[in-house]
Amino acid sequence: MLRYFLIRLGQSLALMFGVLLLVFMMLRVTGDPAALMLPREASAAEIEAFRERMGFNRPIIVQFVDFLSKAVVGDFGESLHFRTPAMTLVTQRLPATVELAATGLLFAVLIGVPIGMMGGLKPGSAADSLARLLALMGQSIPNFWLAMLMILFFGVQLRWFPTFGRGAWNSVVMPAFVLGLPVMGQIVRLTRSTVLEIRSEDFVRTAYSKGLEPPVIYLKHILRNASIPIISVIGVQFGYMLGGSIYIETIFAWPGMGQLLQLAIGWRDFPLVQAIAIFTSTVVIALNLLTDLVYAIIDPRIRYGF
Amino acid sequence: MAIILEVRDLKTRFYTVDGVVHAVNGVSFDLAKGETLAIVGESGSGKSVSVMSLLRLIPMPPGRIESGQALFYGSDGPKDLLRLSQKELRDIRGGAIGFVFQDPATSLNPILTVGEQIIEIITRHLHLSRHEARERALQLLASVGIPDPEVRLGCYPFQLSGGMRQRVMIAIAIACNPQIVIADEPTTALDVTVQAQIVELFKRLRQELGMALIWITHDLGIVAGLADRVMVMYGGRPAEVALVDELYDHPLHPYTIGLLGALPRLDVDESRRLVSIRGTPPDLMIPIQHCPFAWRCDYAFPRCWEEIPPLVEVRPKHMAACFFDIERGEPRHDGN
Repeated sequence: MLRYFLIRLGQSLALMFGVLLLVFMMLRVTGDPAALMLPREASAAEIEAFRERMGFNRPIIVQFVDFLSKAVVGDFGESLHFRTPAMTLVTQRLPATVELAATGLLFAVLIGVPIGMMGGLKPGSAADSLARLLALMGQSIPNFWLAMLMILFFGVQLRWFPTFGRGAWNSVVMPAFVLGLPVMGQIVRLTRSTVLEIRSEDFVRTAYSKGLEPPVIYLKHILRNASIPIISVIGVQFGYMLGGSIYIETIFAWPGMGQLLQLAIGWRDFPLVQAIAIFTSTVVIALNLLTDLVYAIIDPRIRYGF
Repeated sequence: MAIILEVRDLKTRFYTVDGVVHAVNGVSFDLAKGETLAIVGESGSGKSVSVMSLLRLIPMPPGRIESGQALFYGSDGPKDLLRLSQKELRDIRGGAIGFVFQDPATSLNPILTVGEQIIEIITRHLHLSRHEARERALQLLASVGIPDPEVRLGCYPFQLSGGMRQRVMIAIAIACNPQIVIADEPTTALDVTVQAQIVELFKRLRQELGMALIWITHDLGIVAGLADRVMVMYGGRPAEVALVDELYDHPLHPYTIGLLGALPRLDVDESRRLVSIRGTPPDLMIPIQHCPFAWRCDYAFPRCWEEIPPLVEVRPKHMAACFFDIERGEPRHDGN
């Protein structure tokens, strides 16, 4: 178990190094960083002064070591727009994004897993038709379009929820629903197909032959075995959701990282974009590591290295 | 001897997209208390489906039990297994009737410990506390010949050998003192040496616990030293039912004779060619209105193509479903 964990941790750190290298290269190797970061009308003297100040005139390897040593303590320089540390801007936006992503994921899992299970346990039933319909809708409805329809109907017509911003407790409902819908669709489809497959395994017949009650068979024997692919999808999707959704945060004016990223790109605020990219990558890698650990907890064959 | 299970005219079909599979077409048999009945037949003869139908352990849909009766004489009077409610059925499954399946590698849940899989059936049926159930699980593992039960209890199935896994399955089957154990080809997936150990284990447990045993197999070789009685099945019907020695000494159905001819023997000196039965088993998609073995039978005569031969007692306690009198070498004239 420890060996498994250390290997996965090593892989994650290597991946993290790769991400840092890539982000570093994007700015410094693909062109003149000063030209990218300064306004077009900057004079040659201003550019030279900027290079001196940012250290762009040093050898590239020195710059990379400097970049790395700052990156590990979360220092990605100052935002060009706000003149404050980029990482502070990211962490300020974090609670809003976490709130949105967690609510969206909770909704996707709490609805997706039970409906997918009902569909997989009774293929061809009414519950199964509902499962397949939800899977199809979740994965095919464009969420920016759905977001606008929901704003019109539930926000403007019915006045149930605020149409934008993060304020009252219920302001998270619509953006979280829209964000979670495609994930729910994917979870429904995956749960259904995995449960359908595991339902006909020999050990499930054994469970029936023991006279166990159906809820015990469904949860302990079928769902537990079906949960590995479901958890891997949850891990990956939650990573994406925590990166902040540009569309949804923009449509609902949700003050999260997605919206910040969209603004930062517009302002050509390179240090800020860098900070968001690296932060998001770290979150995705950390979640993948966590997912691998959860696998090992559920499946002893992984834990014992089979 | 007192009867524990009485099956009459069981019919099971599978309604698949390709058509209706007539898997079991009228099976009747009795099982006495403490008796071992072997059900023998080739793949697709309906031997597993007929027994699994009794406790509705076939996939439904597509499977459907069309008719029949299965009286189980348990501690509280006779009950028709085919007409029990789901709840009553669950009380019998794993309680009064235990199961051992063919492949222990896939029949145990891969992500639960062996102990958990034994304890869950004990707490389900015997109303013991978890601690008491654990004690019982340890005793069970010891009684099925697993060394170091305390350690094995915490093992996962993939950490055990095939033979050990099958012993765990057997521990599960006998966990709640069943009156019947149904073993569906319990040795087929195992090495030959392990097969012998498992057969010996069953013999010992049968004696210790006094349970009746239904042993489903395609291997007549294993049956000889184990079963009291044998039912040979063909095309979803019983072809011949007899006490085991009687069946080996006086097989009456041409199919049984064919099966015995295909069996290697160590007790016969002369070098003898193994004889295979020509042809293939019947296609169960088509309902057959004559003897299902007629296509492959050397003795078939016109009547065999006109009616289904009923299972009748030809010699004492020896029933066969055949119109031809093998011993006299001519069709029967006694009204059958």
